[in-house]
Amino acid sequence: MIAVFKREFKALFTSPIAYFVWALLFFFAGLYFYSYNILGGQTDLSGVFGILHTISLLLVVPILTMRLFSEERRNRTDQALFTAPVSLTGVVLGKFFAAFLVFALGVAIIFVLAVVIAMFGATPAWASIIGNYVGILLLSGNLIAAGLFFSTLTESQFISALLTFAFSFVLLLFDSLASLFSEVAWLKTAIEFLSVNTRYQEFAAGAISYGNVIFFLSMQALFLFLSVRVLDSRKWQ
Amino acid sequence: MIQVKNLTKNYGSHVAVDDISFSIAEGEIIGFLGPNGAGKSTTMNMLTGYLSATAGEIVIDGHDVLNEPNEAKASIGYLPELPPLYMDMTVREYLNFMYDLKKCKLPRAKHIAEICRIVKIEGVYERLIKNLSKGYRQRVGIAQALIGNPPVLILDEPTVGLDPMQIIEIRTLIKTLGRHHTVILSSHILPEVEAVCDRLIIINHGQIVADATPKQLSEEYSASRHLTVRVAGGEQAVVELVSKVPGVKKVSVLGEKEPGSVDLLIEQADDADVRAELFARLAARNWPILSLRSSERTLEEIFMSLIHQPTTKKNGGVSV
Repeated sequence: MIAVFKREFKALFTSPIAYFVWALLFFFAGLYFYSYNILGGQTDLSGVFGILHTISLLLVVPILTMRLFSEERRNRTDQALFTAPVSLTGVVLGKFFAAFLVFALGVAIIFVLAVVIAMFGATPAWASIIGNYVGILLLSGNLIAAGLFFSTLTESQFISALLTFAFSFVLLLFDSLASLFSEVAWLKTAIEFLSVNTRYQEFAAGAISYGNVIFFLSMQALFLFLSVRVLDSRKWQ
Repeated sequence: MIQVKNLTKNYGSHVAVDDISFSIAEGEIIGFLGPNGAGKSTTMNMLTGYLSATAGEIVIDGHDVLNEPNEAKASIGYLPELPPLYMDMTVREYLNFMYDLKKCKLPRAKHIAEICRIVKIEGVYERLIKNLSKGYRQRVGIAQALIGNPPVLILDEPTVGLDPMQIIEIRTLIKTLGRHHTVILSSHILPEVEAVCDRLIIINHGQIVADATPKQLSEEYSASRHLTVRVAGGEQAVVELVSKVPGVKKVSVLGEKEPGSVDLLIEQADDADVRAELFARLAARNWPILSLRSSERTLEEIFMSLIHQPTTKKNGGVSV
């Protein structure tokens, strides 16, 4: 697992992907920081986190995860991985943590913005910032797991990215779906339960609840498990 | 070292490998031979655990591939048809990655340096794999298979796409490796396996059609006594004359390979030697013999006849 993790992490930086992902994160964080906090004179970073949340879902994660398994399969390098004495779970986890670390480092650097606010003597809303951080890491972890799963399904990086994008898009629309089905009680409850937005907003408000943490972690585990199953099933085709 | 029993692989309704069994002793170099699409790569992918068998059993160095996959995989160095190289890595990075991936315990620097020396890639050690020629990529692929010093090496068409010089080098390399490893090597080129292998397993339509040493094969299949003769003369008249020579069982025309001559394949009766009489009679008519050779069929011809015969036998085919 560690060998795969190390290779993948390095590969994300030898390709433009890690830089591109970081550039997206920094650009949007900087833009919103400038307009909300500097021009608007606020100490509240929720505008920055709001946009990070949206672009992570729609752009960053699909780009970050599109090549994870698609590229291996296209170049037949998966034959080295799957004939080595390593478990599939090890390979999947190695790749997952590499992609997750690239993302986490990117958002960690954005912490500078909170430090900047603190330097000017204002007290940032720490509870909300920490909540946002936990929320965005859990949510994107969940999405990276989903993106990794989609990349096991196809040799094409483009299709892999597109599937992840579509999945994220549906997640963003979930809340409005809930109101659409408001008369069917059980469906509404189900949609509300699955809505990552509602859960994310609780983190953003500074409330870290076990229920939400467990929800996101188990969704991650589910997608990673499905990835292992897909890769394993390919042997039997 | 390797036991394969009743191995079968179906892709949907297509049977890629059909109930094959063989076993390979330690230190043997086995040539896995067959036309494209015969099931060679599928078999190799099953041996290495990349694909799972539909039915059957594979035991590598005492480890069942299904029940102890990691132990079995650790005993195998595998070079797939397309070497599994990461183009964005240097040779050094790649070999170190494979070393980690295979959880190799041998002293790292020394082991990798030795492998590089064996496959002669020291000169490109710091170069990006992307920028290497096909021959060097193939060597890096072999180097990767050698990491961890596995007792079994499985090489899928190791010389495909290389130039003649490189082919000879890789063959010599495989022969050297055969001293310390059990090697299975696949190919659809016969002279290649003939030059390198102790034993040939010929596979066609997913079934084993022959399993023997190159020598056994040529003895078995060229037992019937044939002569090929080229005579300068008219086809019909020559055939007529030759078939009257005592001891000739059958004459078939192979066509005009040189202007004004005809090539004949002569089948002799079991204890007859028709050559002297043939010469005398043709000389009397002033039809010179341009060439005369006893046609021991080359392995190439045997191979062609084996893979073109309909495979009706269910289990194993010819075993010599």
